[in-house]
Amino acid sequence: MSEELLRLKNLYVDYKVKDGYLSAVKNVSFTIEKGEIYAIVGESGCGKSTIAHTILRLLPDHNEIIKGNIFFNGEDINKFTEKQLESIRGKEIGMIFQNPLDSLNPVYTTGFQVAEGIMLDNVTKEEAWNRVIKLYNDVKMSDAEKRAESFPHELSGGMRQRVMIAMMLARTPKLLIADEPTTALDVTIEAQILNIIKKLRDDFGTSVMLITHNFGLVAEVADRVAVMYAGEVVEQGTVYDIFDNPKHPYTKLLIKALPRITKTEGRLQTIDGTVPRLTEIIPGCRFENRCPYAMDICKEKDPEIKTVNKFHSYRCHLHEGGEI
Amino acid sequence: MNESLAKEFLQSCCKNKNFILGFVIVISIIIFALFAEQIAPFPYDEAHPEDILVPPNAKYIFGTDNMGRDLFSRIIYGTRITLKVALIGAGLQLVFGVSIGLICGYFGGIADRMLTFVADLTWCIPGMIMALAVVTIIGSGLTNAIIAIAIVNWASYARMVRAKTMSIKNQAFIETGISFGENAISIMLRYILPNIVPILIVTVSMQLPGTIMSTTTLSFLGVGSQPPSPDWGLMVSEGINFISRGPWLCIFPGLALVYTVFGFNVLGEGLRDLLDPRMKSQ
Repeated sequence: MSEELLRLKNLYVDYKVKDGYLSAVKNVSFTIEKGEIYAIVGESGCGKSTIAHTILRLLPDHNEIIKGNIFFNGEDINKFTEKQLESIRGKEIGMIFQNPLDSLNPVYTTGFQVAEGIMLDNVTKEEAWNRVIKLYNDVKMSDAEKRAESFPHELSGGMRQRVMIAMMLARTPKLLIADEPTTALDVTIEAQILNIIKKLRDDFGTSVMLITHNFGLVAEVADRVAVMYAGEVVEQGTVYDIFDNPKHPYTKLLIKALPRITKTEGRLQTIDGTVPRLTEIIPGCRFENRCPYAMDICKEKDPEIKTVNKFHSYRCHLHEGGEI
Repeated sequence: MNESLAKEFLQSCCKNKNFILGFVIVISIIIFALFAEQIAPFPYDEAHPEDILVPPNAKYIFGTDNMGRDLFSRIIYGTRITLKVALIGAGLQLVFGVSIGLICGYFGGIADRMLTFVADLTWCIPGMIMALAVVTIIGSGLTNAIIAIAIVNWASYARMVRAKTMSIKNQAFIETGISFGENAISIMLRYILPNIVPILIVTVSMQLPGTIMSTTTLSFLGVGSQPPSPDWGLMVSEGINFISRGPWLCIFPGLALVYTVFGFNVLGEGLRDLLDPRMKSQ
């Protein structure tokens, strides 16, 4: 641990919309170290995927404003040209998308698509094909040789996600961004895919940035966690910090909202209210309108980041004068 | 697995009557063109001064023209010109239309708006008039006529490819490709183009009859093939002078043209049924 791979520093992403700017990501900073699984949790539309897409500059319409630095291996890739970035995509940073069902080109066999990526590195065809079979075995694809000759529509969702993972691992990237890799899959497959990701980290030392809205998944695999709300990282720390000693009210509510087996706690907890419209300029805390502990200061002043320990930090006015 | 797929496809091909009929007609035309020397009883430009304007008989099945040339042989040789028109014409239109459509659809922006404007311009001038204008500028002749028709027709390919590209480029597998480190050209050629090919095949076979007809029309008007070429349009236009004495001079080249165009049309229809995913559900 402790060797830095990716560092976001004061990242802002503003989308241009009809009536001004939508602040999708606000002042986000975090570091991913080599060989760790870093999870980003938050509800829909809180900017998780935006961060992932910003790193690889995959945002669709180029009508966004990106401020801040994205250091990868010490270089600020936010300042790279398109050409330089192309050489990083896939080779240094791989990405798995939410929807494996249509993330594959329908007109080629899956094995060919994986092999294509390998051949980008000047490898012969047979060698590439052997690597494909090996990768398919790595991602626990049954009957690898036959599956490599199948077209995407002949495979199930879980298999296609395995193909995606194989594809992204084909060039052994240093960082794998998994954008909700299991959302479209059922629970049993979810567990298998997670195990694969975990095993890859152990075998190849790949760092993983796991984006999810599922707190249970985080507890399962992640080393460190960032909780996002409305474009801000409201709390980050190791998995144990976050689960055992959550500081931010949002994190606490999220953990309460986890389904549990015990009957005594009653029905599932929910968080009332909705995310504020991010086109409005909010001077105070963005969680203020839903926060059960909201105070007057929350409306007026944006809370500062407070650190608990080396990894654990949060953004809230509470605890100003001791514990609640 | 691929073999069974191919087998299944062949089976559905055999069930499609349109496809079979069109396929047989087009193949027959190709055979006529390839073996013209063997099939035709005379060379297309051999004059028989003793047999001028002979009606169809056993020696000259379609009769002879005003110079005593065998009409049947000329029509057989004419298939070569028709196929040349079909191949080069469709090829030119495809190259222009597809490359412009891909670029417009993929990059968008100002280049897209300008090229779409040019494509729309070609739509607002009647095709034949524009083709005539182009031929007037670049000179008559078969090759120039083909180029003129291509200049008129490329826009329909460009439009179709542009629209398809725009819808495909937003699909998830394109994003996969980009995040995989592919550049724009390989995204266009290896990710988008193969997904348009089925629709392209259908469009080509639907557009081909029109291309053949237009080029033949230019020859008929005298700006396409020049005598003594056995072009069907040219033959009809030469036959007009003798229409009362030898109506077969116009009837048989006309029938040959109908046969060809019908063949390509039916083939196109059959291919559309086979390849268009929207029709698959039937």
